[in-house]
Amino acid sequence: MDQLLALLPYEFVQNAIAAGFVIAIVSGVVSGFVVARNMSFAVHALAELGFTGSAGFLLLHLSPVLGLLFGSAVTAVFIGTLGVRERGRDVVVGVVMAFGLGLGVLFITLYKGYANQAFAILFGTITGVSRGDVLLLTAIGAVTLIALAAIYRPLVFATVDPEVAEARGVPVGALAVVFLLIMAAAVAEAIQVVGVLLILTLLITPGAAAERVTPRPGLAIVYSVAIALLCTLGGILLSLTTNAPVSVFVTSLSFACYLLARFAIGPRRRELRAQPVRAEPSSAVAPKVPKAG
Amino acid sequence: MQDRAAVRFERVTLSYGARAIWSDLSLDIAPGTFVAILGPNGSGKTSLLRAILGLVAPSSGRIEVQGRAPRRGDPGIGYVPQHSSFDAELPFRGRDLVRLGIDGHRWGVAWPDRAANASVDRALAQVEAQAYADAPIGRLSGGEQQRLRIAQALVGNPGILLCDEPLANLDLRYQRTITDLIAGWRDRSAGTVLFVTHDVNPVLHVVDQVLFVVNGRWAAGTPDEVLRSERMSDLYGSHVDVVRVHGRILVVGESTESGFNIEEPHHPPSVVVDHGDEH
Repeated sequence: MDQLLALLPYEFVQNAIAAGFVIAIVSGVVSGFVVARNMSFAVHALAELGFTGSAGFLLLHLSPVLGLLFGSAVTAVFIGTLGVRERGRDVVVGVVMAFGLGLGVLFITLYKGYANQAFAILFGTITGVSRGDVLLLTAIGAVTLIALAAIYRPLVFATVDPEVAEARGVPVGALAVVFLLIMAAAVAEAIQVVGVLLILTLLITPGAAAERVTPRPGLAIVYSVAIALLCTLGGILLSLTTNAPVSVFVTSLSFACYLLARFAIGPRRRELRAQPVRAEPSSAVAPKVPKAG
Repeated sequence: MQDRAAVRFERVTLSYGARAIWSDLSLDIAPGTFVAILGPNGSGKTSLLRAILGLVAPSSGRIEVQGRAPRRGDPGIGYVPQHSSFDAELPFRGRDLVRLGIDGHRWGVAWPDRAANASVDRALAQVEAQAYADAPIGRLSGGEQQRLRIAQALVGNPGILLCDEPLANLDLRYQRTITDLIAGWRDRSAGTVLFVTHDVNPVLHVVDQVLFVVNGRWAAGTPDEVLRSERMSDLYGSHVDVVRVHGRILVVGESTESGFNIEEPHHPPSVVVDHGDEH
């Protein structure tokens, strides 16, 4: 504890904690939708092609964070326009990802700078973010959350119940593309903490753990954010005190949360079970109920 | 209002690519009517509902829904889609599904709303689904999920209810329950029901009219008018017998290569309508 307090005055520590806070909130909110829409493979593709974008921007001496965002956003548009339908989506994701990652290898080979820049993108570099990066990450995070709030209801509708959503006039296809762009931004954020290779620990696990403890959609998002915050900030602090990489702790903490939610907390929640008593009246005529409205 | 058709088809043809799914359909459906839409798989029953929902446009002719051209998101229509199940772990309750029927299509975040909650509760009571409205929806049985879908379709007080095979995957007792729920709503609210089904028998006791679609041709009228050997033989273009056994109607065709079972390669060619023995 004393060790931690002694670290707090350092700017890089403050930057890491501030960035981690923003990133965790974005990841927590987005991961619930990633799980519900079954998009883990797409998340991975966005991350790997974010790496390509980042390597390309490094080569051009531009901001690697913006490169990440650029790479994953371009990928999001590709996947969105080529394969919105669930059936063909994974195939399109695979095709785009393989090509893009090949480009990334080329960029890294051409890049004459420090090899550890590339390593940082792959495994996370949160203790290396500058004050400018924190502001950039906060801006990206704010835009992402505002966009998600604006489309929240129809996105839930399109995710859970696409046929009726379409009939009610929800633009299901357009929302799929917009959500991919939101995912792209969330990926660019989360990579700062855990890197490309471990992206799913922040964009899948919190949502997957949260849905194991509550059937309420709003509460699931709150839990997911709480888990993402715990893992990210806990991971940063543990890393600072031990000098082991952040991602080691974030992945361990999020895995522990998932196990706890799935095997310890979830099975005890009564509200997660379908009610055992289901009396069906034999003559099933609806009772006289005043018309709704 | 009474003299205006709930749904009107005027010489409507609907095509999928170059192929006409059904052609030259003219039909007025009066408010308060329970219509069963029958026909083999692939005969365009779902397309008919999609045309009423404004999701596909007819290639010729005119459709009117409560006096207006069909339009996407018409609040006057409730829609129960063909069965698709929910993921078991989805953090989503029946109550939330019904709430989507009120304001799920609007932008922004759904805040707690007392009036909306009261409407949801009334809709849940209407289908007697209160007991499991707070359980995760993916853990409920097919029949329970179907009730919740009906509550969702009814919560906005539509004038027309479109149901696409709502009895598929349900056991006989639940088929009866769901049918009676929908007929009960029709009786109370004088709403119109368009009910797509491949088996007319579970709904025979509540049906006013049937629309039978086969290979682009159609026949409409009361069950007694349409479900007769001559009418059905005309429609299929081959000899078909309509048999009544124990109050059930069976449409039986000869198993020659007369063509009408082309649409249903996986079903025995002799039984066209009745699949009651599958349950």
